[in-house]
Amino acid sequence: MNHLVIAPLLLPLLVGTLLLLSRRTLSLAARRSLNLAAILGQILLAIELLILVGDGTILTYHLGHWPAPWGIVLVADRLAVWMLLVTSLLAFFALLHAMQGTDRCSRHFHPLFQLQLFGLNGAFLTGDLFNLFVFFEILLLASYGLLVHGGGAARVRAGLHFVVINLVGSTLFLFAAGALYGLVGTLNLADLSLKIARLPPEDLGPAQVAALLLLAVFALKAALVPLHLWLPSAYASTSAPVAALFAIMTKVGAYALLRVETLVFGEQAGILTGFYAAWLLPLGLLTLVLGALGALAANELRRQVAYLVVVSVGLLLAAFGLGTADGIAAGLYYLVHTTLATAAFFLLADLITRERGWAADRLVPGPALPNAGRLGGLFFVTALLVAGLPPLSGFIGKFLVLRAALEEPVWPWMLGVVLFSGLLGIIALARSGSLLFFHVRSAGSGAPTQARPTQGLLGAALPTLGLLALCLALLIGSGPVLDLAQATAEQLLDPADYIQAVLKPIGIQVAPGEVWP
Amino acid sequence: MEALMSLIVGVLTAGGVYLLLRARTFSVVLGLTLLTYAVNLFLFASGRLTIGAPPILDPELSRYTDPLPQALVLTAIVISFAMTAFVIMLALRARAELGNDHVDGRASAGASKESEA
Repeated sequence: MNHLVIAPLLLPLLVGTLLLLSRRTLSLAARRSLNLAAILGQILLAIELLILVGDGTILTYHLGHWPAPWGIVLVADRLAVWMLLVTSLLAFFALLHAMQGTDRCSRHFHPLFQLQLFGLNGAFLTGDLFNLFVFFEILLLASYGLLVHGGGAARVRAGLHFVVINLVGSTLFLFAAGALYGLVGTLNLADLSLKIARLPPEDLGPAQVAALLLLAVFALKAALVPLHLWLPSAYASTSAPVAALFAIMTKVGAYALLRVETLVFGEQAGILTGFYAAWLLPLGLLTLVLGALGALAANELRRQVAYLVVVSVGLLLAAFGLGTADGIAAGLYYLVHTTLATAAFFLLADLITRERGWAADRLVPGPALPNAGRLGGLFFVTALLVAGLPPLSGFIGKFLVLRAALEEPVWPWMLGVVLFSGLLGIIALARSGSLLFFHVRSAGSGAPTQARPTQGLLGAALPTLGLLALCLALLIGSGPVLDLAQATAEQLLDPADYIQAVLKPIGIQVAPGEVWP
Repeated sequence: MEALMSLIVGVLTAGGVYLLLRARTFSVVLGLTLLTYAVNLFLFASGRLTIGAPPILDPELSRYTDPLPQALVLTAIVISFAMTAFVIMLALRARAELGNDHVDGRASAGASKESEA
């Protein structure tokens, strides 16, 4: 039992509470530094945990020292810590961008930001299904606040849709959890894995219903077709740092799908073996195509980037749906890349919007940008990253997914769809790039013709540059990162260690006979 | 008892889904509330329906009620209560910002005729 496992939960919870209590007493600068320091702390914690679990150890934390299937358990394995690290790195740069003025709109931005991280970290670390629901609710409640932060009609309307559809999702989650509990009598993921494997064939029908309900919930969070329609307007209308932070929100759904796919419905699952993989692959490919078409049709830059998030979810889940170690490893590498790259794109879209004045981020000929050269350069690099063109990390991610697909019988589908949607993505980005930077037109009468040059562009672009630098680091360090991804995938596909680590009695003071009837 | 319970859950869910698909925020909120009632009953029933048995393990008793679903329901009630409060506040805010109480922010042609009538 290692107390470090619960630290990524306690730190944001305590700092978030402190920020909430001190919202009238502390100055904005102090609150900003406190928030930033807490996120730095979370990065360090994630690195420390990564060192601890890097050799394949699975750390568990039994809250209140209750033994596993009855008590609440936190589990830190390679996948969970991997997600923690990506989340905290992303949050750091999103917060840096928010400090340029987004956080002035209301006193509650900083507490909500930390509570969002609390929910995210909890969702990655928890080892049972009901607490996954609770942490989903925590991160969603914080995200509702962040989404409508700053107000405005478009934001409130998109927020209302987001809230209602997620509340329906939460209800479905409870139905799924109740059905699983009624069927096998446990909600602990490790225990669930053992009990699903021993399910008699006559329970196949109810088990499939429960599993599919759960799939629908996670697909809704991940924005998998046909449950993706909430995403574009929500992400396009919210403020830039929040949209950047939300780049990880769809990945929470992908994480939950991957965890349940490998742990509960994996090789050993008896009558339900490979139940999720069969759904994820076709739905992922469909998501790719529809997302790319949406990006092509979008008439605002931020909406286009939101559709590119949908595209990335499609590729990610198609890779996870391959179900092989290579596929999952490629997916994990791509997950880090796409989270950082789309977040950078949301921040960059905000910089461009600020400079374009009346035209904002609409994809129409607009005023000439004062910093067109530098912003255009950034746009070019980010577009290369997101579209997955060589020589950047997006290309490596896509290449690995395709290489993993070549060993499977579905490869013609996978190759065709991924390359076709990649082409659509390139066309969409080339169109918006040329509209934003080359097609200059002065406004009609009444509108101010001059676009406002950003003061201190370098400072404003620092968070974007930081995220791009992380993508570059991902490219340079792709060897070690890929080794880790491969090891993570192998650990996921052999869940015996996970189950052992969670379910073995934790009796130090208690004799094993007493806790293990 | 099982038949009655499943009937109630079914009726509540059906009503909730119907109201959820309506155009105005008030009926959507009511629909969400009905759905959470349905899911609370469903969770409660997932531990099997037992009458007159304590929810505690006692070596002297042969029969007991599964206490876990009760704890789950309690958590679910608290969370859904908070979420309902939040969605009501957001609906009021949307009413103020958008000028009407339609979920997509604009009164469609059919709905405005209905309000005129």
